[in-house]
Amino acid sequence: MQRIGVFVCWCGSNIAATVDVKKVAETLGKEPCVVYYENYQYMCSEEGQNKIINAIHEHKLSGIVICSCSPRMHEATFRRTAQKAGLNPYMVEIANIREQCSWIHKDMATATEKAIILGRAAIAKVHLNTPLQAGESPVVKRALVIGGGIAGIQTALDIADAGFEVDIVEKKPTIGGKMSQIDKTFPTLDCSACILTPKMVDVAQNEKIHIYSYSEVAAVKGFVGNFDVTIKRKARYVKEELCTGCGACTEKCPQKKVPNDFNLGLDNKHAIYIPFAQAVPKVATIDPDYCMMLKTGKCGVCSKVCAAGAIDYKQQDELVQQQYGAIVVATGYNPIDLKNYDEFAYSQSPDVVTSLEFERLTNAAGPTGGVLLRPSDRQHPHTIVFVQCVGSRESGEGCGKTYCSKICCMYTAKHAMLTREKYPDTEVYVFYIDVRTPGKNFDEFYRRAVEEYGVHYIKGMVGKVSPENGKLMVQASDLLDNKQLKIEADLVVLAAAIEPDPSARPLATMLTTQMDTNDFFTEAHPKLRPVESATAGIFLSGCCQGPKDIPETVSQASACAAKVIGLLAKDKLLGNPCVAESNELMCNGCSSCEKVCPYGAISYVDKEFKMPNRTIAVRRVANVNPAVCQGCGACTVACPSGAMDLKGFSNSQIMAEVDAICK
Amino acid sequence: MEQNNFKETVLRISGVNPKKCMRCGKCSGACPNYDEMEFHPHQFVSMVENGEIEKLMTSPSVYKCLTCFACVERCPRQVEPAKLIEAVRLCVIRQAGQNHLKPDQIPEMLDEDLPQQAIVSAFRKFTK
Amino acid sequence: MQVEKNFEPTVVAFCCNWCSYAGADLSGNNRIQYPANVKIIRIPCSCRLNPMFILRAFQRGADGVILCGCHPGDCHYTSGNYFARRRMTLLFSMLSFLGIEKERCRVEWVSAAEGAKFAATMNDFVATITRLGENKKLEDLRCKK
Repeated sequence: MQRIGVFVCWCGSNIAATVDVKKVAETLGKEPCVVYYENYQYMCSEEGQNKIINAIHEHKLSGIVICSCSPRMHEATFRRTAQKAGLNPYMVEIANIREQCSWIHKDMATATEKAIILGRAAIAKVHLNTPLQAGESPVVKRALVIGGGIAGIQTALDIADAGFEVDIVEKKPTIGGKMSQIDKTFPTLDCSACILTPKMVDVAQNEKIHIYSYSEVAAVKGFVGNFDVTIKRKARYVKEELCTGCGACTEKCPQKKVPNDFNLGLDNKHAIYIPFAQAVPKVATIDPDYCMMLKTGKCGVCSKVCAAGAIDYKQQDELVQQQYGAIVVATGYNPIDLKNYDEFAYSQSPDVVTSLEFERLTNAAGPTGGVLLRPSDRQHPHTIVFVQCVGSRESGEGCGKTYCSKICCMYTAKHAMLTREKYPDTEVYVFYIDVRTPGKNFDEFYRRAVEEYGVHYIKGMVGKVSPENGKLMVQASDLLDNKQLKIEADLVVLAAAIEPDPSARPLATMLTTQMDTNDFFTEAHPKLRPVESATAGIFLSGCCQGPKDIPETVSQASACAAKVIGLLAKDKLLGNPCVAESNELMCNGCSSCEKVCPYGAISYVDKEFKMPNRTIAVRRVANVNPAVCQGCGACTVACPSGAMDLKGFSNSQIMAEVDAICK
Repeated sequence: MEQNNFKETVLRISGVNPKKCMRCGKCSGACPNYDEMEFHPHQFVSMVENGEIEKLMTSPSVYKCLTCFACVERCPRQVEPAKLIEAVRLCVIRQAGQNHLKPDQIPEMLDEDLPQQAIVSAFRKFTK
Repeated sequence: MQVEKNFEPTVVAFCCNWCSYAGADLSGNNRIQYPANVKIIRIPCSCRLNPMFILRAFQRGADGVILCGCHPGDCHYTSGNYFARRRMTLLFSMLSFLGIEKERCRVEWVSAAEGAKFAATMNDFVATITRLGENKKLEDLRCKK
């Protein structure tokens, strides 16, 4: 039997003016099991709280009902009060007689009557309350960053700076990501490599950071504070710990016809390669699709020239198990495939390039050594046409994306400006739908391209590009002048839309995080929780969450690190004790609950049950992980056998409230 | 047909929603007969949206459109300007006495390479 | 149906903790009135609402039951209100099958910012229930003491 105490608060005159608090207290005092009642001006004051504590001690109360303001206001306060008095904090129920009674009613009799009913419902509920203990789970003081682009690098550096261990998993042989392929950055035009490579070196030299390059996340288990991750280290056929990155093997390798993906296929590399000079880790990797030794067993040149003896043709993929407290997703983006855009002749002419390819064509470390040359005949182009919004802002029924890719306006202005600066004899046309330049010094930058560098900005989309006699005929309309233009261009640059990396979707499944229809990760709240996913312990950094430029990516990366540090700084995580619980004796193993759980908190286990006549039966029953469960209760209703219940909001408690109200 | 109803009729016949247009001009960029037309595909979309249908109906542009559907194919937002032009043309043709092609004109226009289908389609396009 | 003169219906409102309960609090903060017939029960999410609770309320003599949750897409638990929406659709068709006025049961999406909407909804709902009169079909007389 419970011994219940009822405390009615006046809230000054907020409640007392319309509710007869004395009558409420006296009436509720007659309810069964209520052994003590009281009314006081300010229950939440220290004096009021002391009254509650004393009453709990004196009358050995096992549950208390406080008729006061909204539980959203002071539930936590009164739970602490109960805890101070040695009562389980979850033995407290609040009847909301201010926001939902005294403030909205004017008639004293009506309001008092309603307050009594609300109080009765709370008493009925507290009858069935059980002491709940918030589960504790330890936090592994180590973070995993998936993706080694600028987002991952910045997040890792910031987390390591706070003293926590960080692992970066990067699927490419080197970290650096897209930023390492870029020549200059807008709007300051500083050299991308000059600002990125020092950060890459910082990562390499930081004792707290460990890089798993040429690796992928293979499996993720566990929950916030305790993720159990399997990392697949792909065989690079070079012993990472022995390779000194001298590059002797890459020079001597006889297989020279391997498309260089770092230069987006604009030139070739050797079958054993280091992606670029500043690669981190600076370790060679063998491309197994092209290496003669791996394919036919005849060659072995690299092994002969390697002074360190790092080449290992028999290397196998390796699985590494590691525990993490938090996981950061920084999987980044890719330009979309333009093969469906026949009108721009991308697959018909090598002189139609994407903006990222153009970036490599102008990069000093690129295939042309920084001299702008047409890919087809290695001649200097004199007329260049830039086409914006290729694949962005479409209706979604075609092959494009519905969103604005955000970065294209600015990098196109940058390309146009740099081209005019280096090659003033070049005519540069930019075809745009809208020029979108929100950002610090962005619009000034675009205006400079037009005013100082004489880039021709034309409003109108290009309708057709056709290769004719070694030139590219560009047909477009000038909407402002209302005429159709036919431009004979040497080079056409397409600002392709960007899309999330294809590795993101399988990863989202592994992490049980949400994605939108475009495969961008969904943040927990678009305004207030922009770097957290809805799944506890999973954080989002960079373009995996939406298109972003470098400054935005870096700020999000640091914000993300702050959130991770906040989590890792805790020794233990206190869970929400109001979680689902399965009655194993009633569970029939149907999996209905597992399917509706948005957090993947429910798993099924085979369990032995003692049956009559000393037999043992193995049954499949639901098992809720209280550290993952957020207590929404979807499973409780989905359960056909009624085995699933939610602590703190149990079926019987809610039914009791219903009964009390309808009495 | 009253003037106010023209827009409604054009939209109903074509099934096009000109509000979907984001004014990128790719339709006019792709149009192979641009120079022949007084009003260009992107203008058709905005003029229909503004209810300036009569101007379009009296313009030869309606007949200059090749109905090649390049604009429909290229439009990034599936606005389908050619269907709109076709609908404006139908608005003209459905009015009495607006036949633009008489059967006795046909023999002089015939040439060897002209497919049968073109004649049928010409009747559809230019007569009531 | 005969409307009794001073009929005061009993209305149970289930409100999700994150949006609608906060919305109800907001209408209190702004002193927007709605009838005292409405008694609110707090649940963590609209998907916690077992349709059995609604039937239980009708059985015990409630004249109307309303479920308020976050707007679709805004659920604190990401998908709970979608489950609630489906379950309620089924309940509605069952109520019509039983011959109960399905207006006695309603689903509304009220965000934490929509205090005025909460009050307006409750005013409207109580008016509807008052018009419909006492719930006699589903009430279990054995529960009446």
